[in-house]
Amino acid sequence: MITEATLDRRTLLAGAAAAPVLMTAAEALAQGREPRRGGILNSIITPEPPLLVLGVNNQGPTLIVASKIYQGLLTVSPKLEPEPVLARSWARSEDGLTYTFSLERGVKWHDGRDFTAEDVIFSIMKFHMEVNPRARAILQRIDKAEAPDAHTVRFTLKAPFEPFLLIFDVTGCAIVPKHIYDGTDYRNNPANATPIGTGPFRLAEWQRGNFIRLVRNDAYWKPGQPYLDGITWRIVPDSQSRALALQTGQVQMTTSNDIEPFDVPRFQAQPNLEVRQDGWELFAPLSWIEINNRLDNLKDPRFRRAIAHAVDRNFIAQRLWFGVGKPATSPIASATRFHDPSVQMPAFNPREAIAILDGMGLRPNAQGIRASFKMMQLPYGEVWNRLSEYLRQALRQVGLEVTLESTDVAGWVRRLANWEFETTINFVYQWGDPTLGVERTYVTSNIQKVAFTNTAGYSNPEVDRLFEAARNAAQAEERRRLFSEVQKKLVEDMPLVWLMELSFPTIHDRRLRNVITTGTGVHKSFDDVFFAA
Amino acid sequence: MGATKLLRFLAGRSVKAVVVIIAIIVFQFLLIRLAPGDPASVIAGQSGAADPLFMQQLREQFGLDRPLHEQLLIYLRDMLSLDLGFSHRQQQPVAQLIFERLPATLLLTGTAFLFAVSVGVALGVMAARRVGRAADSVITVLALTFYATPIFWVGLLLVLVFSVWLEWLPSFGMHTVGAELGGLARALDVAKHLVLPALTLGLFFLAIYARLARASMLEVADQDFVRTARAKGVPEGRIVRAHILRNALLPVITFAGIQAGQLVGGSILVETVFAWPGIGRLAFDALLARDYATLLGVFFCTAVMVVLFNLVTDLLYAVVDPRVEVA
Repeated sequence: MITEATLDRRTLLAGAAAAPVLMTAAEALAQGREPRRGGILNSIITPEPPLLVLGVNNQGPTLIVASKIYQGLLTVSPKLEPEPVLARSWARSEDGLTYTFSLERGVKWHDGRDFTAEDVIFSIMKFHMEVNPRARAILQRIDKAEAPDAHTVRFTLKAPFEPFLLIFDVTGCAIVPKHIYDGTDYRNNPANATPIGTGPFRLAEWQRGNFIRLVRNDAYWKPGQPYLDGITWRIVPDSQSRALALQTGQVQMTTSNDIEPFDVPRFQAQPNLEVRQDGWELFAPLSWIEINNRLDNLKDPRFRRAIAHAVDRNFIAQRLWFGVGKPATSPIASATRFHDPSVQMPAFNPREAIAILDGMGLRPNAQGIRASFKMMQLPYGEVWNRLSEYLRQALRQVGLEVTLESTDVAGWVRRLANWEFETTINFVYQWGDPTLGVERTYVTSNIQKVAFTNTAGYSNPEVDRLFEAARNAAQAEERRRLFSEVQKKLVEDMPLVWLMELSFPTIHDRRLRNVITTGTGVHKSFDDVFFAA
Repeated sequence: MGATKLLRFLAGRSVKAVVVIIAIIVFQFLLIRLAPGDPASVIAGQSGAADPLFMQQLREQFGLDRPLHEQLLIYLRDMLSLDLGFSHRQQQPVAQLIFERLPATLLLTGTAFLFAVSVGVALGVMAARRVGRAADSVITVLALTFYATPIFWVGLLLVLVFSVWLEWLPSFGMHTVGAELGGLARALDVAKHLVLPALTLGLFFLAIYARLARASMLEVADQDFVRTARAKGVPEGRIVRAHILRNALLPVITFAGIQAGQLVGGSILVETVFAWPGIGRLAFDALLARDYATLLGVFFCTAVMVVLFNLVTDLLYAVVDPRVEVA
C-alpha cells in the first residue's frame, strides 16, 4: 500500500511518543497496581452543558463531558507532542504539505456502525468547517482530503503549517458519525439529544438541572477497557455545596472551576484527596488586564508600562489564587510551544511606575490622583472580583484612580466585542501554539467587533510581520526565532498587562488512578482511569 | 353567595386575567431585551472563541436577526396556540423543559408551604394564648431569628449539621443517581433529599406566619365581640377557635395567597444551594444565558399561577368571612 510506504521516520517517532503511555501501564503492573475493573465515578459539572455534541457546542463543561463520548484522531502529551487516539500512526511528508493518518481498525460507533475514513473526512471537511470557528481557522488550510482506503486519510495543505496536528485533539476537532449528520442541519439535528461517538462511554441518562449519567461502552475498541462502569456528573450550582460534596466523598472528582481557589488549601490538607494543577498544557489560559489601546492615556506604552510596574503578580498568584497557577512572564504562556523564558515583564516596582508617570507629565492633584480610568470586572465569580479590587488598590498607590464597573457574562461579552470599555480583565486559551491561540489577540488584521479577537485595538506592523512569518514558516526552529522576537516586541509595547498563567485544580480521590496523563487533563476519554482497590 | 353570582365573578375575573397575562408577556419580552448581550454573546463568551460567521450563524439560528417587533409578533402568535417556543440553547421545547422541572419545584415549595402554614399558624396561636410567658418569648425569638437569617446561610448550616457532622441526610440533589429504586424505596429516597431544602425554605415563611398569626390573634382577642362571648359564658376553646382564630386568619390567608402564587417560581436560592432541579434555577440559568424562550416560558407559568391563586384567595376570603363579598 502506498501509505505504508510513505510512513517514514515520523511514524517511528510517533510510535516512540506513544511509548511512555505503555510504560506507565507496565510500571503500574510491575508495582502490583494493575487496572481494576468496576466502579462508578461521581463528579460535578458546572455550569450545565447545553448539549453534548462537540463542534456544535464547545463550551468548557461540554468539552469535559463529551470527550468521554467522542474521540479525536490524536491527543497531546504534557509536552504537546501528538499521541495516538483514533489515528494509530501518522506521517508528514518532507515538504510539510501532506499528512497521512492510519486509523484504528475495528472501531464502532455507539449505534453499532463501523467507523471509517469517510467519517473522518466528513467531520473535518464539512462538519467542523461549518460549525466550529476555532477548527475552521485551521482546517481552511487543507487543500484536499482523500481516503485511499477505509482506514487511511490523507490531507494535503495549501501551504506548510507546522502546528497542524494540534487541532486533532477531541477538544479541537472531534470525529462525528457521517451517517447521522451528513446532509442535515447540524445544529438542529434531533440526534443531538442522543450523541453517538466512538468513545469508551455512552450517554445513558440526562436529567436537566440534575445529572448526566454515562455508562461503559461494552463494544469499545480497546480490549478490556474502559475500566470504570460509568461516570455520573452531578450539576451543583453553588460553590460551597460543591466543596461539601467533595469533602464528604459524595463525589470523587472535581475539575475546572468547581472549587474556588480559596478552598484549595483545605483540600490539599485532606489526606484522601489529590490536588493536581497540571493537565492544562494545551489550553494554557493566560489572564491579563485588557486595555483599550485607542484611548487617551491608555494608548501610551509608557502608561501601560507604569501599570505593569505597579501590579504585584506574585501577590495575585499567591494571595488571590492560593498558588493555583503562576505569574505571567510574557504574552506566551510557559506551557505553550515557543515560550521564551529569557523575556521578562517589568518587575513589580511602584517607584519605577511613579517615575514613569512623572516623566509623562502626569502630576498628582490634591487628592494624589494623576489619572483615572474605568475597569469592567470579569463576571466569572468571587476571585475575579477580588482581582479587580486588588488592582484598584495597587494602582491607587501610584496615583491611578480606577473605577470598577460590573456586568453579567452576556453584558461583558457584548461590551468587550463592541470595544465599549476602557480596561477589563480577560483570559484566553493559547491552544498550544502561538499561531493558534496567541496571534489572534495582537495582529492588526484581527481587530474586529467580535469577542476574543484583537479587541484591544493594538496595531504594530512589525508584530504583524513577525506573526505572519512564523505562521508560514515550515520549520520549528525558524518559528522559534520569530516568536522570541515577537515576545520581546510585545513586552516592550505592553499592549496588555499580562497577569497570570492560570491553572484549574483537578481534585480527586487518591484511589482514582490515571486521571491526568495528557496535556489536556480531564478532557481525555478516561478509558484508562480506574479505582485502585 | 349564589351560583350565578359566583359564575359572573369567575367570568369577569377570567377576562381580566387574560388581559393581565398578555400585558405581562409583552412587558417581559421587552424587558429582557433591554439587558445588554444576547444568547450568541453568552455562547461566544463561554466558548472563548468566535468569528463573525459564527456569531451570525448563531443569531440566525435563534431568530435574532429579525426586527424586534417581528420577533414579538411571532412570539405572541405562538403563545395563542399555547406553544411556549423552542429553547435553541438547550435544544428542547420550552414546554418540555418546564414540564420536566415543574414537579420538583412543586414538591419542594408545596412541602415548604404546608409546613410553614401549619406549624407557623400553630406556633402563632400558641404564642398568642401564652402571651408574655416563656413559651411566647421562645417562639417570638425563634421566629425573629429565622425571619432575619439569610436563607442560604440557614441552608448551609443545616447541611453542615445534618449531612457533614451527623451524616443523616444527603446534602444535595433530589434522589440517589443510578440507584434504580422503585415504589416506596424511591419515595423514601426523595423524601430524605427533600427534608433539608424544604426545611430551609419553610423556616423563613414559618417565621412570618407565626408572627402574623400571633399579632392578629392578639388584636382580635381585644375586641368587643370576644368579650361579649366570654361574658355569655362560651367555653374558652370555642372562643379561640370560632371567634378569635376565624377572624385572625384573614391576614394569614392573604399572605398564604401571595406565597402560593410563588410556588411555581420556586426559590432560586434554595434550589441553588441544594442543587434541586427546579424551575427557579431553570429561570435563573436562562436569564444568565439570555435564553429568551425559556425565561419567557417560566414567566408565563408563574404569571398564570399568581393570577390563579389570587382568584382562589378571594374566594377563600368569602368562605372564611361571610362579610366579604365576591365582586
